[in-house]
Amino acid sequence: MAEIKVHSDVTGTAWKIVVSEGQTVEEGDELIIAEAMKMEIPHVAPESGIVKKICIEEGASISEDDLLFIIET
Amino acid sequence: MKKVLIANRGEIACRIIRTCKALGYSTVAVYSEADKSALHVKMADESHLIGPPPVNQSYLNSDIIIEKAILSGASLIHPGYGLLSENALFAQKVEAAGLLWVGPSSATIELMADKGKARSVAIEAGVPVLPGSLPIDPNNTPLLLESATNIGLPLLVKATGGGGGIGMQVAESLEDLPKIAKSVSSLAERTFGNNKIFLERYIANARHIEVQVFGLGNASVFHLLHRECSIQRRFQKIIEEAPAPNLPKGTERMMVQAACELAKSQHYAGAGTVEFVLDRNTNEFFFLEMNTRIQVEHPVTEMISNQDIVALQLSLSEKQDMNHLIDHDFEYNGHSLECRLYAEKPKRRFLPSPGPLTRFRLPVPTQNIRIDTGFKEGDIITPFYDPMIAKLVVAAANRDEAVKLMRTTLDQVEVEGITTNLEFLIEILDNADFLSGNINTRFIDTNIERLTSYQT
Repeated sequence: MAEIKVHSDVTGTAWKIVVSEGQTVEEGDELIIAEAMKMEIPHVAPESGIVKKICIEEGASISEDDLLFIIET
Repeated sequence: MKKVLIANRGEIACRIIRTCKALGYSTVAVYSEADKSALHVKMADESHLIGPPPVNQSYLNSDIIIEKAILSGASLIHPGYGLLSENALFAQKVEAAGLLWVGPSSATIELMADKGKARSVAIEAGVPVLPGSLPIDPNNTPLLLESATNIGLPLLVKATGGGGGIGMQVAESLEDLPKIAKSVSSLAERTFGNNKIFLERYIANARHIEVQVFGLGNASVFHLLHRECSIQRRFQKIIEEAPAPNLPKGTERMMVQAACELAKSQHYAGAGTVEFVLDRNTNEFFFLEMNTRIQVEHPVTEMISNQDIVALQLSLSEKQDMNHLIDHDFEYNGHSLECRLYAEKPKRRFLPSPGPLTRFRLPVPTQNIRIDTGFKEGDIITPFYDPMIAKLVVAAANRDEAVKLMRTTLDQVEVEGITTNLEFLIEILDNADFLSGNINTRFIDTNIERLTSYQT
């Protein structure tokens, strides 16, 4: 078992969290849609696994490189 | 002294304030909590706080903006571009409040904001449109496939309520179509509150050329030539020019005439832009959409025509007699280019890059160099608004000279604190195809590797 950390690509808001904790995701599945400067920026699972922890709240401000998710593979 | 309230922010608010001051108007700015020390607030004669940073709580709050206009004694509202500029309900409310709206009638705005209806208007006016469908339910797969087969591939899935390059996606195959249709529809629902989509033929080797029209609100319309806007990323323009390079005279004439006919058919009032796609293989052109507001790239038109489009807008709103402009022989001189400086990362799929402008130095404006910006050194580019931080505009005797002048202008730009597309713009200006005017709307996609190979 390994843990993968998913960080934010942008500074903006955690516009829509698409998954919930404990959910199984495939590589490439959408985890969250961040929003910055009128753009939607989807973040996808880099590998298949289980969403172990969601580290942000929907609607919250996020900064570039903030930890968003921990995925257990 | 008459007052104009500018319902916008950033460079366009500053640009409108500049013309207002030159014409003797007093100016009223509105601002969100994120823009307290913004340039447009400093430039205006008075300013009013309208709410928290998110646009739906400030710059899109039509009621509070109208309230501030009444409170300050403003008699006109100029919406700029984006934000509320193409919101028919806002235009209606402005007029209902007894204020003058700088723009076309709310009925025209509403008609042109619906891409399906705008297509019908174009067809009625005899303006060529691309083969396309009526609005389709994105979940009706059989109808999607049938329409797509009739239109031919590749095609564009478009949101009827879309605009500004948002709500469009290319479908290359029938297999991809249902998924793309759903994705465009749900994005459109979230962004424009309207999930309707339609299909339209996509021309891969195409240029994007638009005509600047100006109508007097009856069947009288004049034009200020056209602009070339093919250099785009994600359907959003980054370099524009006037006039378009290597555009056959006959095609140009027909395009301008079609745009004017369309505006005449609507008794269009004010500045508007009719966008066309030009098939490079056949030289046929087709109507894309009409923007019922001042356009971001209007400065290139002003540079070659020596006209002030904001001043023209204000004259019409004040019901001044403008009939002498209908048969006026406008003179166009030289060539103009505009580069949009964005807070973004070209090397990382143009991800936005907000942050502090720790250093921000721009060239000194001259008669041939125009800089439109809403920011100054020390400002913070927030994640709440558009990533454009400045428009660099030049004019010269011909295209080659204009490109050279733009090159030296960009060399003088200094930005620190955030990543911008400055080097990317320079790469485009150095590209052989760009230099020879051999461009289409896929120019950036086609050349992305080379254009992003610069050292940082």
